[in-house]
Amino acid sequence: MNKSELVEKLAERAKITKKRAELVVNLVFDQMAQALKRGERIEIRGFGSFTSKAYEAYTGRNPRTGETIHVPAKRLPFFKVGKELKERVDYPQVARTNGAGGAPIDGDDDDDDDLGDEDEDGDDTAD
Amino acid sequence: MADGTPTNFSSEVEGKTLTKADFVESVYSRIGGLSRRDSAEIVDMLFEAIKETLSRGEAVKISGFGNFVVRDKKARVGRNPQTGRDIEISARRVLTFKPSQVLKDQLNG
Repeated sequence: MNKSELVEKLAERAKITKKRAELVVNLVFDQMAQALKRGERIEIRGFGSFTSKAYEAYTGRNPRTGETIHVPAKRLPFFKVGKELKERVDYPQVARTNGAGGAPIDGDDDDDDDLGDEDEDGDDTAD
Repeated sequence: MADGTPTNFSSEVEGKTLTKADFVESVYSRIGGLSRRDSAEIVDMLFEAIKETLSRGEAVKISGFGNFVVRDKKARVGRNPQTGRDIEISARRVLTFKPSQVLKDQLNG
Protein backbone atom coordinates (compact mmCIF):
# COMPACT_ATOMS: atom_id res chain seq x y z
CA MET A 1 0.00 0.00 0.00
CA ASN A 2 1.44 3.36 -0.93
CA LYS A 3 0.61 6.81 0.34
CA SER A 4 -2.20 7.54 -2.10
CA GLU A 5 -3.87 4.22 -1.33
CA LEU A 6 -3.59 5.03 2.35
CA VAL A 7 -5.15 8.44 1.67
CA GLU A 8 -8.06 6.79 -0.15
CA LYS A 9 -8.64 4.30 2.61
CA LEU A 10 -8.59 7.01 5.25
CA ALA A 11 -10.98 9.22 3.24
CA GLU A 12 -13.39 6.34 2.88
CA ARG A 13 -13.35 5.33 6.53
CA ALA A 14 -13.35 8.76 8.10
CA LYS A 15 -15.88 10.00 5.53
CA ILE A 16 -13.77 12.99 4.62
CA THR A 17 -12.63 14.22 1.21
CA LYS A 18 -9.47 12.79 -0.31
CA LYS A 19 -8.00 16.24 -0.18
CA ARG A 20 -8.46 16.40 3.58
CA ALA A 21 -7.28 12.85 4.10
CA GLU A 22 -4.14 13.70 2.17
CA LEU A 23 -3.61 16.73 4.37
CA VAL A 24 -3.91 14.56 7.48
CA VAL A 25 -1.46 11.95 6.19
CA ASN A 26 1.08 14.59 5.17
CA LEU A 27 0.66 16.49 8.43
CA VAL A 28 1.28 13.40 10.56
CA PHE A 29 4.32 12.13 8.68
CA ASP A 30 5.83 15.62 8.32
CA GLN A 31 5.42 16.12 12.04
CA MET A 32 7.19 12.84 12.68
CA ALA A 33 10.07 13.77 10.38
CA GLN A 34 10.40 17.16 12.06
CA ALA A 35 10.47 15.59 15.51
CA LEU A 36 13.19 13.14 14.47
CA LYS A 37 15.13 16.01 12.97
CA ARG A 38 15.01 17.78 16.34
CA GLY A 39 16.31 14.60 17.96
CA GLU A 40 13.00 13.82 19.65
CA ARG A 41 11.45 10.46 20.22
CA ILE A 42 8.06 9.42 18.83
CA GLU A 43 5.83 6.98 20.62
CA ILE A 44 2.59 5.76 19.07
CA ARG A 45 0.79 3.37 21.35
CA GLY A 46 -0.18 0.11 19.69
CA PHE A 47 2.08 0.90 16.77
CA GLY A 48 5.66 1.49 17.81
CA SER A 49 8.30 4.09 18.52
CA PHE A 50 10.86 6.00 16.52
CA THR A 51 14.20 7.29 17.71
CA SER A 52 17.19 8.71 15.98
CA LYS A 53 20.74 7.86 16.86
CA ALA A 54 23.73 10.07 16.26
CA TYR A 55 26.86 8.44 14.89
CA GLU A 56 30.32 9.97 15.09
CA ALA A 57 32.45 10.45 12.03
CA TYR A 58 35.03 7.75 11.47
CA THR A 59 37.64 6.71 9.00
CA GLY A 60 36.75 3.48 7.33
CA ARG A 61 38.24 1.37 4.63
CA ASN A 62 36.78 -0.05 1.51
CA PRO A 63 37.34 -3.76 2.10
CA ARG A 64 37.65 -4.47 -1.60
CA THR A 65 40.13 -1.81 -2.62
CA GLY A 66 41.75 -1.10 0.74
CA GLU A 67 41.13 2.57 0.08
CA THR A 68 40.66 4.80 3.14
CA ILE A 69 37.36 6.63 3.25
CA HIS A 70 36.05 9.26 5.59
CA VAL A 71 32.53 8.61 6.86
CA PRO A 72 31.00 11.83 8.18
CA ALA A 73 28.95 12.10 11.37
CA LYS A 74 25.33 11.30 10.78
CA ARG A 75 22.00 10.75 12.41
CA LEU A 76 19.86 7.73 11.51
CA PRO A 77 16.21 6.99 12.30
CA PHE A 78 15.14 3.71 13.90
CA PHE A 79 11.75 2.12 14.39
CA LYS A 80 10.86 -0.33 17.11
CA VAL A 81 7.58 -2.13 16.60
CA GLY A 82 5.11 -2.00 19.47
CA LYS A 83 3.89 -5.13 21.22
CA GLU A 84 0.37 -5.11 19.81
CA LEU A 85 1.45 -4.64 16.21
CA LYS A 86 4.30 -7.09 16.58
CA GLU A 87 1.83 -9.76 17.60
CA ARG A 88 -0.65 -8.86 14.88
CA VAL A 89 2.01 -9.06 12.18
CA ASP A 90 3.44 -12.37 13.37
CA TYR A 91 1.87 -15.79 12.88
CA PRO A 92 -0.64 -16.78 15.55
CA GLN A 93 1.16 -17.58 18.79
CA VAL A 94 -0.75 -20.85 19.22
CA ALA A 95 1.62 -22.54 16.82
CA ARG A 96 4.52 -21.77 19.09
CA THR A 97 5.75 -24.19 21.70
CA ASN A 98 9.21 -23.01 22.74
CA GLY A 99 9.35 -25.42 25.63
CA ALA A 100 6.58 -23.76 27.60
CA GLY A 101 4.09 -26.08 29.30
CA GLY A 102 0.67 -26.57 27.85
CA ALA A 103 -0.81 -23.44 29.31
CA PRO A 104 -3.62 -22.34 27.02
CA ILE A 105 -3.32 -18.81 25.71
CA ASP A 106 -6.13 -16.57 26.86
CA GLY A 107 -9.60 -17.30 25.63
CA ASP A 108 -9.48 -16.79 21.92
CA ASP A 109 -8.29 -19.81 20.09
CA ASP A 110 -10.75 -19.52 17.24
CA ASP A 111 -8.88 -16.78 15.52
CA ASP A 112 -6.01 -18.32 13.66
CA ASP A 113 -7.45 -17.39 10.31
CA ASP A 114 -8.59 -13.85 10.90
CA LEU A 115 -5.48 -12.13 9.65
CA GLY A 116 -7.08 -11.03 6.42
CA ASP A 117 -10.36 -9.85 7.84
CA GLU A 118 -11.08 -6.54 9.41
CA ASP A 119 -13.93 -7.62 11.59
CA GLU A 120 -15.77 -10.82 11.93
CA ASP A 121 -19.16 -10.60 13.43
CA GLY A 122 -21.13 -13.14 11.45
CA ASP A 123 -19.18 -16.11 12.67
CA ASP A 124 -21.76 -18.30 14.27
CA THR A 125 -24.42 -18.36 11.62
CA ALA A 126 -24.01 -22.03 10.87
CA ASP A 127 -26.71 -23.35 8.58
CA MET B 1 24.99 -2.11 8.39
CA ALA B 2 25.42 -0.06 11.53
CA ASP B 3 28.68 1.73 11.07
CA GLY B 4 30.33 3.90 13.65
CA THR B 5 29.37 4.04 17.24
CA PRO B 6 26.12 5.49 18.47
CA THR B 7 27.26 8.36 20.64
CA ASN B 8 24.00 9.41 22.15
CA PHE B 9 20.42 8.31 22.22
CA SER B 10 18.76 11.57 21.51
CA SER B 11 15.69 10.58 23.44
CA GLU B 12 17.70 10.68 26.60
CA VAL B 13 19.30 13.95 25.71
CA GLU B 14 16.26 15.90 24.62
CA GLY B 15 13.62 14.23 26.71
CA LYS B 16 10.67 15.27 24.55
CA THR B 17 8.46 12.55 23.13
CA LEU B 18 5.94 13.08 20.36
CA THR B 19 2.70 11.15 20.85
CA LYS B 20 -0.65 10.72 19.17
CA ALA B 21 -1.95 13.68 21.15
CA ASP B 22 0.48 15.90 19.24
CA PHE B 23 -0.84 14.61 15.92
CA VAL B 24 -4.41 15.18 17.05
CA GLU B 25 -3.54 18.73 18.07
CA SER B 26 -1.99 19.59 14.72
CA VAL B 27 -4.81 17.98 12.72
CA TYR B 28 -7.29 19.92 14.86
CA SER B 29 -5.52 23.24 14.50
CA ARG B 30 -4.47 22.95 10.85
CA ILE B 31 -7.53 21.42 9.25
CA GLY B 32 -10.66 23.49 9.59
CA GLY B 33 -14.10 22.25 10.54
CA LEU B 34 -13.07 19.32 12.70
CA SER B 35 -13.68 18.95 16.40
CA ARG B 36 -10.91 17.64 18.63
CA ARG B 37 -12.82 14.40 18.87
CA ASP B 38 -13.09 14.12 15.05
CA SER B 39 -9.39 14.81 14.80
CA ALA B 40 -8.60 12.10 17.34
CA GLU B 41 -10.77 9.59 15.48
CA ILE B 42 -9.14 10.38 12.17
CA VAL B 43 -5.64 9.99 13.59
CA ASP B 44 -6.66 6.64 15.11
CA MET B 45 -8.15 5.52 11.81
CA LEU B 46 -4.96 6.42 10.01
CA PHE B 47 -2.82 4.21 12.23
CA GLU B 48 -5.42 1.47 12.28
CA ALA B 49 -5.46 1.39 8.46
CA ILE B 50 -1.69 1.05 8.44
CA LYS B 51 -1.74 -1.69 11.07
CA GLU B 52 -4.40 -3.68 9.24
CA THR B 53 -2.44 -3.61 6.02
CA LEU B 54 0.73 -4.75 7.77
CA SER B 55 -1.17 -7.47 9.61
CA ARG B 56 -2.12 -8.93 6.23
CA GLY B 57 1.58 -9.09 5.42
CA GLU B 58 1.36 -6.22 2.97
CA ALA B 59 3.98 -3.44 3.00
CA VAL B 60 3.08 0.20 3.62
CA LYS B 61 5.18 2.65 1.65
CA ILE B 62 5.09 6.30 2.62
CA SER B 63 7.05 8.24 0.03
CA GLY B 64 9.35 10.78 1.62
CA PHE B 65 9.27 8.96 4.95
CA GLY B 66 9.98 5.27 4.56
CA ASN B 67 8.70 1.76 3.99
CA PHE B 68 7.20 -0.56 6.57
CA VAL B 69 7.81 -4.08 5.33
CA VAL B 70 6.73 -7.43 6.75
CA ARG B 71 9.43 -10.06 6.46
CA ASP B 72 9.21 -13.80 6.76
CA LYS B 73 11.86 -15.31 8.99
CA LYS B 74 12.62 -19.00 8.64
CA ALA B 75 12.88 -21.20 11.68
CA ARG B 76 16.45 -21.48 12.90
CA VAL B 77 18.42 -22.95 15.73
CA GLY B 78 19.47 -20.47 18.33
CA ARG B 79 21.06 -20.83 21.71
CA ASN B 80 19.90 -19.87 25.14
CA PRO B 81 22.77 -17.66 26.30
CA GLN B 82 22.07 -18.52 29.92
CA THR B 83 22.07 -22.30 29.67
CA GLY B 84 24.05 -22.70 26.47
CA ARG B 85 21.41 -25.08 25.23
CA ASP B 86 20.28 -25.15 21.60
CA ILE B 87 16.71 -24.10 21.05
CA GLU B 88 14.61 -23.95 17.96
CA ILE B 89 13.47 -20.45 17.09
CA SER B 90 10.25 -20.88 15.18
CA ALA B 91 9.41 -19.29 11.84
CA ARG B 92 7.94 -15.84 12.29
CA ARG B 93 6.88 -12.69 10.56
CA VAL B 94 8.46 -9.45 11.66
CA LEU B 95 7.97 -5.81 10.78
CA THR B 96 10.90 -3.74 9.60
CA PHE B 97 11.18 -0.06 8.77
CA LYS B 98 13.45 1.25 6.07
CA PRO B 99 13.74 5.03 6.17
CA SER B 100 13.61 6.82 2.83
CA GLN B 101 16.62 8.76 1.57
CA VAL B 102 14.55 11.93 1.93
CA LEU B 103 14.07 11.30 5.66
CA LYS B 104 17.73 10.45 6.15
CA ASP B 105 18.74 13.64 4.37
CA GLN B 106 16.32 15.66 6.48
CA LEU B 107 17.88 14.31 9.65
CA ASN B 108 21.29 15.38 8.46
CA GLY B 109 20.34 18.64 6.77
